[in-house]
Amino acid sequence: MQVNEFKPLIVAFCCNWCSYAGADLAGNNRLSYPADVKIIRVPCSCRVNPMFVLRAFQRGADGVIICGCHPGDCHYTSGNYYTRRRMTLLFSMLDYLGIEKERTRVEWVSAAEGAKFASTMNDFVSKITQLGKNKRLEDLRCKK
Amino acid sequence: MQKISRDKLIKKASNLLNSGIVRCVLGWKRGEFDYDITPNVFTTEKELIDDFVWNDFCGANLSKYLVSKTQGVDGKILVFLKPCDTYSFNQLLTEHRFDRERAYVIAVPCEGMADINKIKQITNEGISSIEFNEDTLSISTLYNEEPIKIAYDRVLSERCLNCKSKKHVVYDELLGDDGEILESNRFDEVEKIEKMSSEERFEFWQGELSRCIRCNACRDVCPACTCEKCVFDNPESGVENKASANSFEEKLFHIIRAYHVAGRCTDCGECSRVCPQNIPLHLLNRKFIKDINEFYGEFQAGEKIGMRSPLIDYTTDDIEPNEAVNRRDS
Repeated sequence: MQVNEFKPLIVAFCCNWCSYAGADLAGNNRLSYPADVKIIRVPCSCRVNPMFVLRAFQRGADGVIICGCHPGDCHYTSGNYYTRRRMTLLFSMLDYLGIEKERTRVEWVSAAEGAKFASTMNDFVSKITQLGKNKRLEDLRCKK
Repeated sequence: MQKISRDKLIKKASNLLNSGIVRCVLGWKRGEFDYDITPNVFTTEKELIDDFVWNDFCGANLSKYLVSKTQGVDGKILVFLKPCDTYSFNQLLTEHRFDRERAYVIAVPCEGMADINKIKQITNEGISSIEFNEDTLSISTLYNEEPIKIAYDRVLSERCLNCKSKKHVVYDELLGDDGEILESNRFDEVEKIEKMSSEERFEFWQGELSRCIRCNACRDVCPACTCEKCVFDNPESGVENKASANSFEEKLFHIIRAYHVAGRCTDCGECSRVCPQNIPLHLLNRKFIKDINEFYGEFQAGEKIGMRSPLIDYTTDDIEPNEAVNRRDS
């Protein structure tokens, strides 16, 4: 029997100081989360230019999640406050253009929250799996 | 019809030019047709008398040209600015794109500009000449013997129907009377789109944006787009050219373009005016302005010099991104 199960491609931008360490802790604690999540380590969540998110979608991502330190806990004092404003406007614009709003997310995960990291990723991947392939933001120029 | 006459503008400019206060004049000139008015630099009184134009097609915002025209040469440049152009002027000063001392701003009141596409819908092609009367336009075409008379309010451009301000926020000299900041309905169209379902919105924007031919005119004309190097000229960016495939690929270009000017866009409406495909690009910019107003408080870019854009600022209790997107549904 042929099984055509959809495996989403999720890009997770994780800040070096909190969320990336949170992912590490999830691993240390043997908490499982789907291998569909591809983590990209960034120095701070505000390193994520809105174009990175678009680029990820353009190259075939089905969902993009940005993880950073909790507001107030940024290693660089205020980076994640800027992230919050930028992503608010970007997500709102994507929604306005008719892109499913479930495909983008921002979560604050600290270095101590390995369990939250794993549960967030499990939840996000299952939502995206339900949504299916990202058709609305694909770019045929980037199709292999 | 514009209340200030062309002669008055020419006289003012000639005086300043002849007395040596300004080196040259940034104004408007007739293009190939009566209705395609193009920005131009005038250096002598004769040039002004021969070519200078001031009528209902002078929609072009001249503030952006100061960035290139003030570079490498001394002396002041006289520039004519309509109320909405003065906001762009302030925004450019805020971003230190040129020196305030190098510009001599003459504020010109504006009665709203005509949209040639609306006129063409009434008269069809072949417009040979246009005559300006008190509250009508007389349009002669190749195919009609009698000129067609059209009332101004029928052909006023969309941005002028929703004019946000008749007040000049900056000037050295004012011609005529200054207006007031107006209550406009400019976000109505945005709200209409917001109320659609996700599928309808996608369909709507696919219909609009897939017409894009990637001429980059919206970028080139935008007074907020003054980077010397642009991501859309970089072949490595992945968004440099138009894809030769029938997809909705242009949305990336348009999101990036609109996002880049978010918080700095003064809503002058030049992008929609120059679009050869008549894509309502201002609806993307206005969405950002509306969101900024809703989430971070009322903000009008260019209102004052030195204002901090909402995107380079924050408060500790800003709305969360996912909450902001979900709120609209509840």
